[in-house]
Amino acid sequence: MTLKARVIPCLDVKDGRVVKGVSFVNLVDAGDPVESAKAYDAAGADELCFLDITASSDNRDTIFDVVARTAEHCFMPLTVGGGVRAIADIRKLLLAGADKVSINSAAVKDPDFVAEAADKFGNQCIVVSIDSKKVSKEGEEDRWEIFTHGGRQATGIDAVAFAEKMVERGAGELLLTSMDRDGQKGGYDIALTRTIADRVPVPVIASGGVGNLDHLVEGIRDGHATAVLAASIFHFGTYTVGEAKRYMADHGIAMRLD
Amino acid sequence: MRVAIIDYGSGNLRSATKAFERAAREASIEAEIDLTDRPERVASADRVVLPGVGAYADCRRGLDAAGGMTEALREAIELGGRPFLGICVGMQLMSSRGLEKTVTAGLDWIPGDVVPMQPGDPALKIPQIGWNTLTLHREHPLFSGIPTGDGGLHAYFVHSYHLQAENPDDVVATVDYGGPTTAFVARDNKAGAQFHPEKSQMLGLALITNFLRWKP
Repeated sequence: MTLKARVIPCLDVKDGRVVKGVSFVNLVDAGDPVESAKAYDAAGADELCFLDITASSDNRDTIFDVVARTAEHCFMPLTVGGGVRAIADIRKLLLAGADKVSINSAAVKDPDFVAEAADKFGNQCIVVSIDSKKVSKEGEEDRWEIFTHGGRQATGIDAVAFAEKMVERGAGELLLTSMDRDGQKGGYDIALTRTIADRVPVPVIASGGVGNLDHLVEGIRDGHATAVLAASIFHFGTYTVGEAKRYMADHGIAMRLD
Repeated sequence: MRVAIIDYGSGNLRSATKAFERAAREASIEAEIDLTDRPERVASADRVVLPGVGAYADCRRGLDAAGGMTEALREAIELGGRPFLGICVGMQLMSSRGLEKTVTAGLDWIPGDVVPMQPGDPALKIPQIGWNTLTLHREHPLFSGIPTGDGGLHAYFVHSYHLQAENPDDVVATVDYGGPTTAFVARDNKAGAQFHPEKSQMLGLALITNFLRWKP
């Protein structure tokens, strides 16, 4: 008896519709988020994640409707992120039916926002989403830097130090996305995942780069993540969530197969 | 039958409401699920659910701020003997005291303190987030027909604290997280789940159905 590793399908949502970008460009419209959520619920997903990728501009309120409709139909834990900048945003998402809210650029801009959010709603519902790229050269010690604006803007902030700081401020979980790997299908940045997972006391979700089921196994076994997030391999039907979980169980990872 | 789910500004109540509605519908139980912030609706309800996410002290404050809610709970549950289910921090509030951030008095239905989890294995993360199985320590009507133990169904947990009950008999189920951790408590007409039945799919719907049928 032990806590099971989680498989979390992630749906990128824009204007209330599902999209998946390759390294966050070339978006392809691929469906209704609520229908996808129901399908993942039925398939045994351990959690679901919505990232509202256009939350910063128009049609911001569409996500609240998507979350509310999803919560009507799905009895699975739901994390929602994208454009979360104010306490009021978090409250609205939680009231709509989100269980956890992920904070990304607002945490970079103002780390105290994370502290305020954690104080208000509890650490357990505050996920800090960290987008980083490897910036060290060949032969140098590994170093990763935080990037914002969908990976286009460097910040000069060290990803490992930032992760530790976010946990101090009250993040209950970290969602680590490697922007180099995202959409490339070559696997997670295992060194990044393990470096941070081994340093922080909170759970870490590995994200960015899954192309096959071995990558999921590596995220948990080698990256020391407690959950693995993937989008396109599930979304385009390459593998089902059930296949992924059975594969991971066959490779020695404790999974929920109810 | 009317089931009051207490709305005191604590987090995600939509899922709880929807899960109770679905459980009632699927089991053909006539139940009005009444998400309410009105103490008089709680005092007169047939069954009462106290959800809760966030910090113990904040939740207690929220309950006290809903003028007369604590008194309504005492009337319906302590005097009226009607079935009560606490969920997550709602379950923790059944304790004598919460020791999260500061010392806060609870409803004192289950003697004991809510303390930080200290898993024996330092590699285990806090909070415990995710799915785990339960060890049942005694029979309880709310677990009727629910497979527990190693090969049993999973429950969804998100917590950093747990209720350390003084009376072992109050602990119906534990979860193994680097040592036994309180997962479900019960005494008389009062029960509480540290996990989230409304998120726990098969186990959760079965437990909610059992709660709707419970005649303590």
